[in-house]
Amino acid sequence: MDLLSPAGSLPALKAAVDEGADAVYLGFKDDTNARHFAGLNFTEKTLRQGIDYAHDHGRKVHVAVNTFSHPNRTQAWFDSVKRAHDMGSDVLIAANIAVLEYAASHYPDLELHLSVQAAATNVAAINFFKQFGISRAVLPRVLSFQQVANLAKDTDVELEVFAFGSLCIMAEGRCYLSSYMTGESPNTAGACSPAKYVRWVDTQHGLESRLNNVLIDRFKENEKAGYPTLCKGRFEVDGRITHALEAPTSLNTLDLLPQLKNINISALKIEGRQRSPTYTRQVTRVWRQAIDMVKTHPNDFAVKDEWNKCLSELSEGSQTTLGAYKRAWQ
Amino acid sequence: MQFSIGNILFYWPKDQVTTFYEQAKTSTAEHVYLGESVCSKRRELTLKDYLPIGQSLQQSGKKVVLTSLALLEAKSELASLKKVCDNGHFLVEANDFGAVELLSQAGIPFVAGAALNIYNQYDLQVMVNKGMKRWVMPVELSKDWLIQILLGCEALGIRDKFEVELYGYGFLPLAYSARCFTARSEDKPKDQCQLCCIKYPQGREINSQEDSRLFRMNGIQTLSGKIQNLINDLPSMHDLVDVVRISPNSPDSLAWVTMFQQNLDGSSPIALKDFCNGYWHKIEGMATY
Repeated sequence: MDLLSPAGSLPALKAAVDEGADAVYLGFKDDTNARHFAGLNFTEKTLRQGIDYAHDHGRKVHVAVNTFSHPNRTQAWFDSVKRAHDMGSDVLIAANIAVLEYAASHYPDLELHLSVQAAATNVAAINFFKQFGISRAVLPRVLSFQQVANLAKDTDVELEVFAFGSLCIMAEGRCYLSSYMTGESPNTAGACSPAKYVRWVDTQHGLESRLNNVLIDRFKENEKAGYPTLCKGRFEVDGRITHALEAPTSLNTLDLLPQLKNINISALKIEGRQRSPTYTRQVTRVWRQAIDMVKTHPNDFAVKDEWNKCLSELSEGSQTTLGAYKRAWQ
Repeated sequence: MQFSIGNILFYWPKDQVTTFYEQAKTSTAEHVYLGESVCSKRRELTLKDYLPIGQSLQQSGKKVVLTSLALLEAKSELASLKKVCDNGHFLVEANDFGAVELLSQAGIPFVAGAALNIYNQYDLQVMVNKGMKRWVMPVELSKDWLIQILLGCEALGIRDKFEVELYGYGFLPLAYSARCFTARSEDKPKDQCQLCCIKYPQGREINSQEDSRLFRMNGIQTLSGKIQNLINDLPSMHDLVDVVRISPNSPDSLAWVTMFQQNLDGSSPIALKDFCNGYWHKIEGMATY
């Protein structure tokens, strides 16, 4: 069971490698990857340095070209695939049929993983994508643990699951809330609730967060104001003001670690390419220790308080959940 | 240009559904979609009920398509999907690549639903080779995107291999989750939801604290807060769109088929207050252009 850490920059990549990640995942500085945020991601130069650093330490680099290519600009996605291949990346993570097909036909030696953005939640969908030679599928955060276990039994494709990080509550790749409100979607622009549409306004009712002028939340003085991710706003449903979709929270599956190992999950993914190198360092350190412990002490594995404390402090809203893995959350 | 009546996205009592399809027989829409695409727990009508409704619609001259679930998580849901695919009579709308896989393996032609991530001509080429006969464009795409994608299809020589369908009227399906938002809004866990969606025949509104309509919860599905209405955009769709979908939110929605048909040339536009049409115009979906 590998640990896969996020790298939004070269320092984050180095932090992940230093703290024991088996692999890091990253993307180019453009809209071919689903974390297309200003100031983040890799140029050819930094990717080359990153790959050298990871390979010198015996670790792998997965490059995400995981948005959906535009009909008049498909070449940009194909170029990203070519760059990832030519620079010696170990794995390409892709979601779009056009990108998968291009990679499979032009670079059959390049290991292909199906991105979470492809939203493959069942064995028939995974079988559909097998035509492109995928060796692994990253599962959307919509399955209960039992459903993940069933899937692991039913497919010979390796499975990777999200272990920690900001919680996307919709089936990834199938959420248009962001484009409905801003015109830009994760699928086509590579960002959810893009920062350029965010506005903070101090008012007599409190601090307001707005996305494309829509009021997402309003915070009292003693409340911690979070980024206005639109599915985590406080809205009104029949007179009740509530986090109608979800409260700001992060996924944390430390408690499930022995079970995830038992069902032969191939890799645990840490979310957070948009976060700082310090985040990557701290989260990688905790998960390295936890995975090592579950491997060496499978029968008496216990989650350490210090791990949970560290992860909670790095979480959205300082709270964590098992998300869809636990049916009660659903 | 032809018109379709989309499947009912909401959970309506059986009597209302059967009455709705009796009325649909007299509508001037050429195509009717039937079946459940949102939640496998909704069983007011099952495939056994939809098949005779479909046959009856067919006898009154409608072309019938059976739709299928968009989010397939449990093995039982895959088993139900297989029954829909193997119905032996009607075209099937695939809303998940799992459905595309089952249909193409069995050599059954299909409609690629709006919930499938198909964004460019190369995606469409793969779908055509799998047996796609009609493509329902993802709701977030624009007229410009459609023009570009069809130009790309021309270059690949597949422009005439499939029809294009577009959501013309209705609440837009925007997202799917493991979580049932409607059950949660009633403080019920999903596993004990008591099928409470049936109390909300048009879903449940989610408004901002300033009372703007943002979204609409419909079980595990999140819909647009406003109804998208492209009635005034019909003249810009000629040569691009073959079928325009009216997605019903009440029995009254059938009247929109006629209204759309009357405005094919733009001679009977309406005031768009309270509707949205932003996606078609390449701006935020909630906007009115």
